[in-house]
Amino acid sequence: MPIWGRSILLDLENISAHYGDVQALENVSLRIKEGQIVSIVGSNGAGKSTTLNTISGVIQSSSGTIEFLGKRIENLPPHRIVELGIVQIPEARLLFPYMTVLENLELGAFNPQARKGTGENLEAVFRLFPVLEDRKNQLAGTLSGGEQQMLAIARGLMARPKLLMLDEPSLGLAPLLVKQVFETVKEINAQGITVLLVEQNVFHSLSIADEAYVLENGRVVLGGQGKEILSNPQVKEAYLGI
Amino acid sequence: MSTAVLQLIINGLLLGGIYALISIGLTLIFGVVEIINFAHGEFLMLSMYASYWLFQLYGVDPYVSLFVVIPAFFAIGWAVQRIIIQPIIHAPPLNQIFATVGMSLVLQNAALFFWKADYRTVRTAYSTVSFSGLMISTPRLVAFVFALAIIAALLIFLKRTYTGKAIRALAQEKRAAMLMGIDIYRMYKIAFGIGIACVGAAGAILIPIYYAFPTVGAMFVLIAFVVVILGGYNSLVGALIGGLIIGMVEAFSGFFLSPHLKEAVYFVIFILILLLRPAGLFGRA
Ligand SMILES: Nc1ncnc2c1ncn2[C@@H]1O[C@H](COP(=O)(O)OP(=O)(O)O)[C@@H](O)[C@H]1O
Ligand SMILES: [Mg+2]
Repeated sequence: MPIWGRSILLDLENISAHYGDVQALENVSLRIKEGQIVSIVGSNGAGKSTTLNTISGVIQSSSGTIEFLGKRIENLPPHRIVELGIVQIPEARLLFPYMTVLENLELGAFNPQARKGTGENLEAVFRLFPVLEDRKNQLAGTLSGGEQQMLAIARGLMARPKLLMLDEPSLGLAPLLVKQVFETVKEINAQGITVLLVEQNVFHSLSIADEAYVLENGRVVLGGQGKEILSNPQVKEAYLGI
Repeated sequence: MSTAVLQLIINGLLLGGIYALISIGLTLIFGVVEIINFAHGEFLMLSMYASYWLFQLYGVDPYVSLFVVIPAFFAIGWAVQRIIIQPIIHAPPLNQIFATVGMSLVLQNAALFFWKADYRTVRTAYSTVSFSGLMISTPRLVAFVFALAIIAALLIFLKRTYTGKAIRALAQEKRAAMLMGIDIYRMYKIAFGIGIACVGAAGAILIPIYYAFPTVGAMFVLIAFVVVILGGYNSLVGALIGGLIIGMVEAFSGFFLSPHLKEAVYFVIFILILLLRPAGLFGRA
């Protein structure tokens, strides 16, 4: 690991993935350096969720390699990947609806490393989202949309991630809450957690990203600094309508 | 309430506790592993034989044999999940049905081969107690108490322990459970193990009041399926209450109609639930 410059946390090399005969990812390569916010943007069906699920080990890649902190992880089962510190907050939140807010958070800390610090972590996420503390005995399924997203993020943080991957966290939220979600992501990153952010809200996510990749039909078509990509004419036309 | 009606309620409840224990195992396996265990009744049969032989060969009281049967059947359930179910966990439903139905047939025939078709039971020294005009059979009462105690222990385990919470989480949202670092295949083995341990315990407490024979499981599993559907497929509390209800239905229909009609009565209930409330009494859609 280099002493100066940031070390590479996650390194995907030529990852391909299939659903049956349908290819969803084709030779996707991307790098995430420690401490960054990296954003993947692309339209519906581009392969963003598939990318995250391949990293999480929920989907088995058909070729290519994934390295995390220099260790190959592409053949590990999902729970081992969580133990290493890669945590995904899935699209549509996927809370445990018939369990309380507190139980959802406890389950976020299921992996042995995180479990040791459960009390401390709880305090930290309640500081970030005080409303969750007020609602801690309420069933997750009865929370409002915004609160559910907070809980989903908080549950992910309970796992003590080194790399937090968020899949469309702003989806379905009112504009004010969308802003809040991006603020939260910045705050989490400021606490030292590296972030991989998947979004269809291209403007917001590129604005806060250090680096970004544009995914189209399962391929990376563009990569670079967030600001750079935001000012790319093709990106402007295709995703921002300007 | 007349003594006769009270007597029927007691008879029904005592029976229902065992039905509930069998059904809770089936519900847990269905809710967590998403497998319909058509061999569930055969594990009941095996544990009845296990308690029977422990009594015959070593003089072990059936209630004491519980302490052997429960861990042994947990281990059997774990192994069945690992060896038979896990390889077909992503297979089409039809293949899964063939696997558990096949297991059921193999076990029935193995029992027939090893132990013949004789009816076997354990006569315990426990007798009937009468209590202000009500007759309560001691083995039935003991069975009921054990059944409820085991169910209570299971519910507390699922509610309070980390592993229990992980099992519930998995049943509610499998992909999220994986993403939170829960080893789902391990949880499947634990859930299958617990489900089989429950039905195993039911067999041990049933042997003093019923007979073991190779096809004994078929009748009980039919009842368990009615209970599970009545209770709402994925609700353990539903299976508990459903079990008690079906026990009472059996007691009352046996008294007012005929004991031979009980299967017909189950069938009517089965159809009525499917027509009126397909999600069951406690089911979530
Ligand atoms: N479970 C699945 N089975 C089959 N095809 C899928 C599945 N999930 C996604 N796909 C397909 O893979 C492609 C990429 O999907 P996805 O990764 O979900 O895109 P995104 O998250 O960018 O919207 C799409 O063409 C989609 O239809
Ligand atoms: Mg997606």
